[in-house]
Amino acid sequence: MFIPADLKYTQTHEWVRVEADGTLTVGITHHAQDLLGDMVFVENPAVGRSLNAGEECAVVESVKAASDVYAPVAGEVVAANSEVESSPEKINQDAYAAWMFKLKPANAAAVNALMDAAAYEAHVASEAH
Amino acid sequence: MIELKRTPLNATHRELNAKMVDFGGWDMPLHYGSQIEEHHAVRTACGLFDVSHMLPLDIKGENVRAFLRRLIANNVDKLQTPGKALYSCMLNEQGGVIDDLIIYFMDESWFRLVVNAGTAEKDLAWMQKMNADWGMNLTLAPRRDLAMIAIQGPHAKKVLDEAMPGVDSMTGNLKPFNAVAMGEMFIARTGYTGEDGFEVMVPAQSAPFFWKALMQAGGKPIGLGARDTLRLEAGMNLYGQDMDETTSPLESGLAWTVDLKSEREFVGRKALEASEVSKQLAGLVLLDKGVLRAHQKVFTRYGEGEITSGTFSPTLQQSIALARIPLGIAPGEAVEVEIRDKKLKAKVVKYPFVRNGKVLI
Repeated sequence: MFIPADLKYTQTHEWVRVEADGTLTVGITHHAQDLLGDMVFVENPAVGRSLNAGEECAVVESVKAASDVYAPVAGEVVAANSEVESSPEKINQDAYAAWMFKLKPANAAAVNALMDAAAYEAHVASEAH
Repeated sequence: MIELKRTPLNATHRELNAKMVDFGGWDMPLHYGSQIEEHHAVRTACGLFDVSHMLPLDIKGENVRAFLRRLIANNVDKLQTPGKALYSCMLNEQGGVIDDLIIYFMDESWFRLVVNAGTAEKDLAWMQKMNADWGMNLTLAPRRDLAMIAIQGPHAKKVLDEAMPGVDSMTGNLKPFNAVAMGEMFIARTGYTGEDGFEVMVPAQSAPFFWKALMQAGGKPIGLGARDTLRLEAGMNLYGQDMDETTSPLESGLAWTVDLKSEREFVGRKALEASEVSKQLAGLVLLDKGVLRAHQKVFTRYGEGEITSGTFSPTLQQSIALARIPLGIAPGEAVEVEIRDKKLKAKVVKYPFVRNGKVLI
């Protein structure tokens, strides 16, 4: 399993990286893309949109199925990656490089409540049973 | 937890690192890496499918033909040369589809049917009941001792010839929708991809090494994921999605498989003749970005319809679907499809979308 140690994770299989300026970069995990298979469609949230924690804000679709992507914490969308919208297969190629959107968190400390790599690994293992 | 059923090739799929899924109670390969690459392999070269979950069923005895004349919506009298195959539906008294199946005529005392995995038990029970009700005294033998491998794609013939040198003496003149039996081995020129190819039945124990020989000859293993995108591009119905016991074949794009010309009485005929056909199965192509999926609503100028099967087409690089929509909507017309509260633009097209590697729309 491929779970970088420097990222935070959600129960719903998003990864979150805290950038130097305090913004959060969000994508879906390697495990999530592996479950979904070949990606063919990505719809990101509009820049400027305010999100509640856990709000459905983006969609990824593989040949097999559509899956919602949720806001890991509350915040405002400050960037969306158009590259993954035009080439969704980039998520399959490297799920941690193919980020989806960036959030300015409403509360900088909220990210601390997300899972670390070890907790996420345990979460994935628990879902497999 | 209920134990999943396994085909004779289960261990082979696992050796090949297939992603296995529960497919209607069967432990089956979804893909062996990339579903899209597998799809292209079938359109451009040759793919191998384990379809052993489907059930071959031998009906033997005196007057099998008379039994099938009443049981099946298509007319088995179209089958006159040994090995000839017919695609059809088995209907209930209400004219709904119990299953779609292929019938092979071997001789007057032996017809072989191939039915869907998920409906196999139901089908068998229904046929046994009809056999008893009509006093036919036929033997219905499920052939779980056979494995079935589909070899599909423009290179299918070459791969089969290389895997079994000399087989060409049996298959060289085999036309589409014909089969030949050699003892327990059974080779049919049929498939579910819109490409040339074969469906081969072999004794279960021989399936793993036959599969490996086909791989060595250039066949690429293909999972159920690509099987679905291939059949949808080829405009072929999937039981349980595009039709079921509550839908009429006449509203499911299957009128061509129902024979109402002959005087023959068959189960469901009265209901079909009394019914009013108000819907049709049509092809859709999504013009906006997104992916069409089953059960999405379709809005037409004559009212609402519903997508029965939808996917992203790897060949067309856009989303396609089959949809049950009001009769009278013609190819070329614009419709809208509701996807996550948005109405997206789609176009009605005549399907199949793809045949023999070529885009037809």
